[in-house]
Amino acid sequence: MNCCNNKPIFESYDGNRLCKIHFNAYLEGKVFKTIRQFELLDKEENLGVAISGGKDSLTVLSILKRLSMQNPNIKICAIAIDEGIAGYRDRTLATAQEFCDKNNIRLHIFSYKEEFGLSLDEMLKILNVKPCTICGIFRRYLLNKKSKELKLTKLATGHNLDDECQSILMNQMRNDMKASARLGPKVGMVQDEKFVQRIKPLYLCAEKEVTTYAFLNRMLDSFNECPNAIHSYRAQVRDMLNVMEQKFLGTKYSIVNSFIQMLPMLKEKFSCGAIKVCSRCSEPCSKDICNACVYLERLKNKAVSSLIEPKPLNN
Amino acid sequence: MTIKVKAYIDRENRKVEVELKGSPKVSDLMKKLKINPVTVIVSRNNELILEDGMLKNNDEIRILSVISGG
Ligand code: SF4
Ligand SMILES: [Zn+2]
Ligand SMILES: [Zn+2]
Repeated sequence: MNCCNNKPIFESYDGNRLCKIHFNAYLEGKVFKTIRQFELLDKEENLGVAISGGKDSLTVLSILKRLSMQNPNIKICAIAIDEGIAGYRDRTLATAQEFCDKNNIRLHIFSYKEEFGLSLDEMLKILNVKPCTICGIFRRYLLNKKSKELKLTKLATGHNLDDECQSILMNQMRNDMKASARLGPKVGMVQDEKFVQRIKPLYLCAEKEVTTYAFLNRMLDSFNECPNAIHSYRAQVRDMLNVMEQKFLGTKYSIVNSFIQMLPMLKEKFSCGAIKVCSRCSEPCSKDICNACVYLERLKNKAVSSLIEPKPLNN
Repeated sequence: MTIKVKAYIDRENRKVEVELKGSPKVSDLMKKLKINPVTVIVSRNNELILEDGMLKNNDEIRILSVISGG
């Protein structure tokens, strides 16, 4: 069914065909509805938006910026993390900076190199681990720490329906329901001063919808992919999901919608009451020492031992 | 009758020329290139076209990946 007499540029999984104007209204409407339905924003917020320079984070930033211009009680700024991935992050960060300059948004950039002494590229030379594992741990760590320093009330991210769908399946396939209890449109089980709640306004927007919006609103940069992404478990789950979606339209919505119904039960089962803190860095964590501190320690030890490693005798 | 279209695939940073028979649609081009339409948006002259959009001889098509880069 067509929305009007204008040329349709998007067809939703349930057969609605939308023109440019109606698509923009549809996507923005969906984001605002998500914000209301899951109570993502309070009346007053000092909101941070975590951006990478990619289409998802720029889309969420541009929509929230508009919201904040209409509502002076919602203040926003942007945060970007420079993991130190040569040939990739430098380019996306330039896009992020350009976007923020143009739209008059304050951008704070924090780097692994400055905060931990090593870039991700350097860490991966020292430790034999999956790139995305440590990349994610350090990113979440920095985002939470810096959000507190900046006195942010919440942190919005560009996670979309596809991202969530992948996470749900990944956790199931690894039997990690505790991790699933930490998913959902609003992350952070309790409001706690140690943990800045994260919100996902694009929670119900499919990746194809976000890309369409970014294209129509000139936020789609040339294609850019992290060199580490290809090997990831997530990439394999993503491809599998897209095959299913092509055969059975609406699969991703079904997975996320059924997950939303399950989430309260998961949260109840895995709620741990007050958030524990790491005995070394005081950041929130589930064990005595947080994952970031564990990996930093391993990096330090490995770096030292590799320096004093005896040379082979015949050398 | 066959027509020729030029397609640019941004994810692979690659340009291809494809011959298609009859009066082909975007979906026929996707099939020929073995691209899952769920994973891309398609544009011609900077305007988005849908899967049932008709292709013309000498069309220049851009196939843009919707996948996030990490
Ligand atoms: S793909 Fe992996 S390594 Fe690359 S930015 Fe994302 S989490 Fe980090
Ligand atoms: Zn319309
Ligand atoms: Zn710690």
